[in-house]
Amino acid sequence: MESEASCSQNTHAIKHGDIVHRCFRCGCCKFPSDYNDFNCPSYRAFGWDTYAPGGRMWLIRGWMEGEIETNQRFAEIMYACAVCDNCKNQCVFPRFRDALPDIFEEVKAELVEEGVVPPPVRDYFKAVATNGNPYKLPQATRGDWAKGTGIEKFSGPEYLFYVGSVGAFDEVGMKMARSVARLLLKAGVSVGILADEETCDGNDGKAMGQTGLFQQLALDNIGKFRQKGVKKVITLDPHAYNTFKNDYPALGADFQVFHHTEILAELLRGKKLALCERSGKVTYHDPCYLGRHNGIYAPPREALKAVPGLLLTEMRQSGVNAFCCGGGGGNFFTDMLAAGEDSPGRVRVRQALETGAAVIAVACPNCAKMLADAVKTEGLEERLAVQGVAEIIEQALS
Amino acid sequence: MSLTGLVIPLKGGIVMDMKRMNKIVEVNPMARWAVVEGGTSQGMLKAYLQKNHPGLRHSLPDAPAATTIAANVSLHGQGRLTQQYGFNSDMVTGLEVVLPTGEICRIGSPSIGPHWFSRGPALPDLSGLFLGWLGTTGIITRVGLMLYPNKKIRDVELFVTDRVELIPEMLFRLTHLEMLEDINVWFQPKPLMFQDNFHITIYFTGDDDEEIEFKRKKLWGVMQPYIDSRDGGFMSIQYIREGLLEMPQRSIADFADVPKGGGFEYSGPIVPIDHFPRYAAKLVELAAKYRLLYAGAARLISGGHSMMFAVSFAFNRDDRDLMARVKEALEEATEFALEQGGIPWKPNFIEQKMILKKMDPSTRRIFAMIKKNLDPRGIMNPGNWEVE
Repeated sequence: MESEASCSQNTHAIKHGDIVHRCFRCGCCKFPSDYNDFNCPSYRAFGWDTYAPGGRMWLIRGWMEGEIETNQRFAEIMYACAVCDNCKNQCVFPRFRDALPDIFEEVKAELVEEGVVPPPVRDYFKAVATNGNPYKLPQATRGDWAKGTGIEKFSGPEYLFYVGSVGAFDEVGMKMARSVARLLLKAGVSVGILADEETCDGNDGKAMGQTGLFQQLALDNIGKFRQKGVKKVITLDPHAYNTFKNDYPALGADFQVFHHTEILAELLRGKKLALCERSGKVTYHDPCYLGRHNGIYAPPREALKAVPGLLLTEMRQSGVNAFCCGGGGGNFFTDMLAAGEDSPGRVRVRQALETGAAVIAVACPNCAKMLADAVKTEGLEERLAVQGVAEIIEQALS
Repeated sequence: MSLTGLVIPLKGGIVMDMKRMNKIVEVNPMARWAVVEGGTSQGMLKAYLQKNHPGLRHSLPDAPAATTIAANVSLHGQGRLTQQYGFNSDMVTGLEVVLPTGEICRIGSPSIGPHWFSRGPALPDLSGLFLGWLGTTGIITRVGLMLYPNKKIRDVELFVTDRVELIPEMLFRLTHLEMLEDINVWFQPKPLMFQDNFHITIYFTGDDDEEIEFKRKKLWGVMQPYIDSRDGGFMSIQYIREGLLEMPQRSIADFADVPKGGGFEYSGPIVPIDHFPRYAAKLVELAAKYRLLYAGAARLISGGHSMMFAVSFAFNRDDRDLMARVKEALEEATEFALEQGGIPWKPNFIEQKMILKKMDPSTRRIFAMIKKNLDPRGIMNPGNWEVE
């Protein structure tokens, strides 16, 4: 009785709290449209309903009503969501479903407020707040990736190429960033980078509920862009694309944003890049922040199809039904989805293998890293490579 | 087994989540049966057949795709082929069950050899010891299930009438055709366009346009007298067609969200088809008495020998008073069904007690005998099917 009394005092309120009870728990949220497999990465990884959106919704309701206390276990379950947006697309209730990602984000924000977050999440926040990047690397080295590409620091060209922390500091991301930079220059695009003045975009921090840190980063970036006269931004990373496009305008941003695959597709359409024959079979992995979050499915495919001789094949879960690599919602850094056989990255590379493709084409540095690691874990290095769309295009340059 | 609260541990214990035991073990495409593990979901079998055996299908219920095949048969679930072939539990071709003693037991042809083609005949049908028992006699770990031809084209017609007393006769005429896939009757006050009418949704299939048009012509033919007498007519369904043909029909869940509260519950007794009008009247009476939003729906079973009549009420989980009224209304609906000689379907523990009370004492003794012998310590889903 004592614990019941103490629990009942511990109720929680979130902005969308008045609709949490509307979840019917039908379970559609964890499937793709054709039900051929589970499409919720955390449910797929752990296999318990607790980790599916419907399970989370019921836990949240219990937590809001004081039946469940805020504790590390509850926080782990909330932070194991990869924010892939599959639930939003599959939920049977129109309108209500649009609020699902907001509800999960609001709960995480409340956990941040209460100071009960898993240690890797706490470490991420600390690293970004202290260093401007989650890698804890010196700001002065942020532009090192660009050495030898010929791309210069932004001084008023048409576009800013924003690479983000993964593009700037991770080996796999840097490779992708270099290819994009070289292609843009080769096609004659007027573009520059912020190099050591670039800071984290804040997308993943926001997804993890750290709204204060996000706001600080966003306002800082908006001010910087405005001061430098940035009107158009090309992002390497769909995460940055997502927050620039959907969150920054409310904070006063007035620049246009493009994902690099949109620009590449346009350049190829306009014959600004001449390609030669490259045989082989490639399958494209839709990043959640590009596909489901922002509806960009065609440009990366168009770019790949522009390579003569290259055969593009689809995985059984693609487009709006694509299975997440597991790196969304900050999980790329916090690794809350564990690394077992059913970890999303490993599931995804096995799906890619089914297609018979030799290459998984990616449009996100986070996905690239997650899938490259999964290929190694699955022992598939001899059969599958992970490459950025830009890297594939660059290799086909005549 | 997640339907209708049957996993609620009424007397404590362990809830077993079977969903990771989800392999599709075998499909015999020629003999048209599949063997699946106890946690295989309806959605997974549907997707597997679509990909690997597109000419075959199973009787998919309109329950969410996450529900399992084993749970569905263990509570005598229904599906899209129930009108043609009976309850989904009638389609079982063999079982593997873990008994309360821990023994693993195979039922039907798999108890004799490797082939899962018959759950009983020509043996005594022991599947009846597990099907309908709501997990109180054993845990189903494998199910053999009949598959059926998946015709290339599926179509639907919607007949509308305001003459409830004519509905049994209309259903009788439709089932006389022996060529329809599924027949549902439904009525609801919202949205307004459906108010005061009864809708008969008639599904039919064919491998080509000729077969489809032949069946359409025949079903229009049997309904023509009602059109001539102005007692009904076929409704244009262009804008709801896609939703009606979806399997499972996700739009059914929409009803749960009408009061913006994420829930509906129904009492769905199995009744003779000529009882349709009295159940329809009772539903409207209950909705008025308890101030509830209702939906009535019936599905024909086995060519019209019986139907499931769902008395459904939507509720808002945040409104405790409304939920209490729904509970009372559903209990009254079950009482009514038992008075009329109907059998409550997927009964929760309260309805089980009501059924057992009404049951012939000799039958009740057999119930008790079976349970006592299979589960002498009463460890399986305790609180369900308990004879006091």
